[in-house]
Amino acid sequence: MEVAFWILAVISVASALAVVFLRHIFRAALFLVLCFFAIAGIYATLNADFLAAAQVLIYVGAIAVLIIFAIMLTRETQQGSPSGRFRLIAFLVGAMFLVTMILVVTGTDWQVITEAPTEPTTSSLAQALFSREEGFVLPFEIVAALLLAAVIGAIALVREK
Amino acid sequence: MPSGVPLAIFLLPFFSFIVISFVIRPFLNSKPQLSGYITITSIGTSLILSLWVLAEVSSAPGHMLSMPDYEWLVIGDTVIRFGVTVDALAAIMLIVVTSVSLLVQVYSQGYMHGDPGYSRYFAFMSLFTAFMLGLVLADNLIILYVFWEGVGLCSYLLIGFWFHRPAAARAATKAFIVTRIGDFGFLAAILFLYFKTGTFDIGELHHLALAGAIGGTVLTWAAIGVFSGAIGKSAQFPLHTWLPDAMEGPTPVSALIHAATMVAAGIYLVARMFPIFASSLTAVTTVAAIGGFTAIFAATMGLVMNDIKRVLAYSTISQLGYMMLGLGVVGIGVANDAISLEVGLGLGVAVGIFHLFNHAFFKSLLFLGAGSVNHATGTFDIREMGGLRKVMPWTYATFLIASLSIVGIWPLAGFWSKEGILDHAWDHQTALFFLAMITVFMTAFYMFRLVFLTFAGEYRGGNAGHGGASAHAPSLRESPLMMVAPMGLLAILAVISGWLPVSSFLGGKSESFFGALAHPMAWVSMVLAGLGILLAYALYSARWLSVESLRRRFAPLHTLFSRKYWFDELYERVIVVRVLVDGIFALLNWFDTRIVDGVVNGVAGGTIAAGRVIRRLETGQLQVYGIAIFIGVLAIVACFLIFG
Amino acid sequence: MTVGLEHFLILSAILFSIGLYGALAKRNAVVILMSIEIMLNAVNIAMVAFWRYGHLITGQVFAIFIMVVAAAEAAVGLAIIISIYRSRETVDVEKIDLMKW
Repeated sequence: MEVAFWILAVISVASALAVVFLRHIFRAALFLVLCFFAIAGIYATLNADFLAAAQVLIYVGAIAVLIIFAIMLTRETQQGSPSGRFRLIAFLVGAMFLVTMILVVTGTDWQVITEAPTEPTTSSLAQALFSREEGFVLPFEIVAALLLAAVIGAIALVREK
Repeated sequence: MPSGVPLAIFLLPFFSFIVISFVIRPFLNSKPQLSGYITITSIGTSLILSLWVLAEVSSAPGHMLSMPDYEWLVIGDTVIRFGVTVDALAAIMLIVVTSVSLLVQVYSQGYMHGDPGYSRYFAFMSLFTAFMLGLVLADNLIILYVFWEGVGLCSYLLIGFWFHRPAAARAATKAFIVTRIGDFGFLAAILFLYFKTGTFDIGELHHLALAGAIGGTVLTWAAIGVFSGAIGKSAQFPLHTWLPDAMEGPTPVSALIHAATMVAAGIYLVARMFPIFASSLTAVTTVAAIGGFTAIFAATMGLVMNDIKRVLAYSTISQLGYMMLGLGVVGIGVANDAISLEVGLGLGVAVGIFHLFNHAFFKSLLFLGAGSVNHATGTFDIREMGGLRKVMPWTYATFLIASLSIVGIWPLAGFWSKEGILDHAWDHQTALFFLAMITVFMTAFYMFRLVFLTFAGEYRGGNAGHGGASAHAPSLRESPLMMVAPMGLLAILAVISGWLPVSSFLGGKSESFFGALAHPMAWVSMVLAGLGILLAYALYSARWLSVESLRRRFAPLHTLFSRKYWFDELYERVIVVRVLVDGIFALLNWFDTRIVDGVVNGVAGGTIAAGRVIRRLETGQLQVYGIAIFIGVLAIVACFLIFG
Repeated sequence: MTVGLEHFLILSAILFSIGLYGALAKRNAVVILMSIEIMLNAVNIAMVAFWRYGHLITGQVFAIFIMVVAAAEAAVGLAIIISIYRSRETVDVEKIDLMKW
C-alpha cells in the first residue's frame, strides 16, 4: 500500500504538471485522463472502493470525453495552450499557497484513527445519503435538480440560434 | 374658581388665532370683519376671566392660588412639568395685557379698516396676545422661554406686517435679531440654572436662591443671563436700537408692543425672577445701572426726534429704564439688607410693575393718539402737523392727559408709580436718582414738545412747502368713534390707574391720595417736570426762544442725539460690517470654502483620481480576479497563522 | 515512514496548487477548465483522506457531491466556452474581457 501510494502520487503530480505545462492541448487532455486514473487509484489505497469506481466512471468516462469534445469543437489545438501575462504572479500565488497549506497541514495535530475501515463502503455510503435521520436526502435531490438544470443550461447555451 | 380658568385666558386668543388662520382666511376671506369680531370677543372674554382671577387671587391667602400642574416631557430623569402660576404679579399682568390688547383691537377695527391684510393682522394680534398671556402664566422657565420666543416671533410678524415695504421688513428683521442676542443669554442662563439646580420650576428656583442653595457666582451669572434676555426684549441699553425702528409696523401694533406685550415681557421676567436677582448684589446693581442709564440715554434722543412715533418709542425705552431702575434699586436695598427680605421681594415687584401697569395705559393711549393723528394727516412727522387741537379735540384731550400722566403730574397715574421709583432710588442709589431726576425734566420737555408741535399753532402740513398752507385741509377730521372710544377709555385709565391699590396688592405700599403731596420729593420732581413743560412751551408754542439758535448753540449735542449716538452706525458699520462680515464671516467663509469645501472637493477629487487609477485593475480578466481572490485567501490564512 | 493523513493532505495541496497555477496562468479556456477539474479532484482526495483517517462518512458524501457539481460545472463551462467561441472565434481568456469597465 505504501508503495502504491508513492507511485500513484508521483504519477498524479507528474501528469497534473504535464496538464498545466504542456503546450499541446490534446496531450494535456490525455494527461488529465491519466491524472484522473491515478487519483482513482489513490481512492483505492484509501479503501474508498465506491468512489474509486465513481471517479473512473464520471471523470475518466464523462468529463474527460466532454473536454476532448470541447477541444475538438473549438479547433484551437494548433494554437496550443500558451501561458498568459500573469504566469509569474500565478506561479508565486500557487507556490505560496502550497507553502501555506503544507505549513498548516504539518503544523496541525491531527486526531487520526490509523486502522482502516475494512467494510466495503457502498452500503454505508448509501445509508449516509438516504437514511431518514442524519441523511442527505434533501441535498441529494437538490443536486439532482442541479444536474438537470446544468444539462438544460448546456443545451440552451450551445443550441444554434 | 375652576382650575381651567387661567388656562382658558391663554387659550381663548390662541383659538381665535387658529380660527382666523385656518377657517376665516381660507374659507371666509370675503368677510374679514369676522376676524376682528372673533379677536375682540375672545380677548374680551379673557379680560373678564382675568378679572375673575384677580378677584380670586386677592381673596386667596398670600395672594397665591395653587394650580395643578401636568407632566409635559420626561427625558431620562428629567421631568418637565407645565402648569400655571397665578399670583398677584400674574394677575396684574393678565389684566394689563388683556385690557390694553382689547382696547387696541377695538381701535384697530377702525385703523386697519380696508387693509388687505385685515384678517392676517387680527390673527397675529390674537397670537401675540396669547403668547404674552402664556408667558405671564408659565410656571417654569422652559415654558416661559417658549412663549418668550413666541412673543418675539409675533413682534417680528407684526412689525413686518407691511412686508412689501423694505423699511418694514428691515425693521422686523432687526427687531428679531437684536432681541435674539439677548435671548441667547437668557437661554444660556436657563440651561446654566438647570445644570446647577436640576429644575426649571421658577418657584423651586426661588426657594433655592433664597435659601442660599445656589452659589453666589452662579446666581450672579444666571441673573445676568436672564437680564440680558430682558435687555433685549425691553429694549434696554445697549440692545435698544430695535424699538425705534419697530415703528414701521401698524400703529396699534406699536401701542401693543410698547404697552402690554413685547417690552413688558422683559420687565415681567425680571419681576418674576426677582428673588434670584435680589440674592445677588452685582446682578441688581447691573439692573439698576442699566435701567437708570437707559432712562436718561433714551430721553436725550427723544428730545430731538421729529417722528412722533420715534419720540414715543424713545420715551418707552426711557420709561422701561425707570421700571428696571425701580426693580434694581429695591433689589440693591434687599441685597444690602437695608430692606428685609419679606418686605423687599414684594416691594421690588410692586415698584417696577406698578409703573408698568400705569405705563401700559398712558403709553398705549399715546400711540393710539399718534395713530389717530396719522389717520387724519397721513404723516408721522411733527414738523408737518400743528393746529390739530381744533379739528381733533378728542385726540388732543386724551393725548394731553396721557402726556401729563407720563410726565408724572399729580394726581395722574404716572405720578404715583414714578414717585415710588424715585423714592427708592434716593434711598439706595443716589447717583442713579439724579439721573432719574434729570430724566423727569427731559421727559416733560419732549412730551410737551410733541403736544405743542402737533396740536398747537397752525397746520403746517399739506402744501406748506409751497406757501399755500391751509389750516382747514378737507382731509383733517376727527377719527371715527371706533378709534376714539378706546382712547377715551384709556384716558380714563391713564388718570385713575394710579389710584388703584395695585402697589399694595403686589406687596408694596400705597400712598394716600393727598398724602403723597406731603413728600418733598413729589414737589421736586413736579417742579422739574413743570420746568420741562415750560421750556417746551417757550420754544415751540410761545416762541420766546428760537429753536434754531438753541440748536446752533448745542450743535454737537444735537447731532449726537439726533444721530442716536451713532449706535445704529456702530452696530451696522462697525460690529456687523467690520467685526462680523469682514472678520468673523470672512473667516468663516474662508474656512467654509477652503477647509470644508476643500475637504469635500478633496475627497471627491481624490476619489476620482483614485478611481482613474484603480479602474485599471478592473481588466475584465477573470484570472486577475482569481489572483486577487487567492492573494486575499493567503492574507487571511497568514493572519491566522501569525495572530491566531 | 508510514503513509498517513499528512501525506494525502500534502498530495492534495500539491495537486490543488498545480491546478491553481494552471487556472490562473493559462490562456486557453479549456485548459483553465481542466485545471479546475484538477483542483476539485485535489479537494476530493482531502475529503476521502479525512474519511479514511477520521471514519467520517460525510467525507465521502461530500466527495460525491463535489463530483456531481464538477460534472455539472464541466458541462455548463464547456457549453459557455463553445458558445463564446462561436461568437468571438477565440477561447483566449485574455481576449475575452466582456467584464471590463
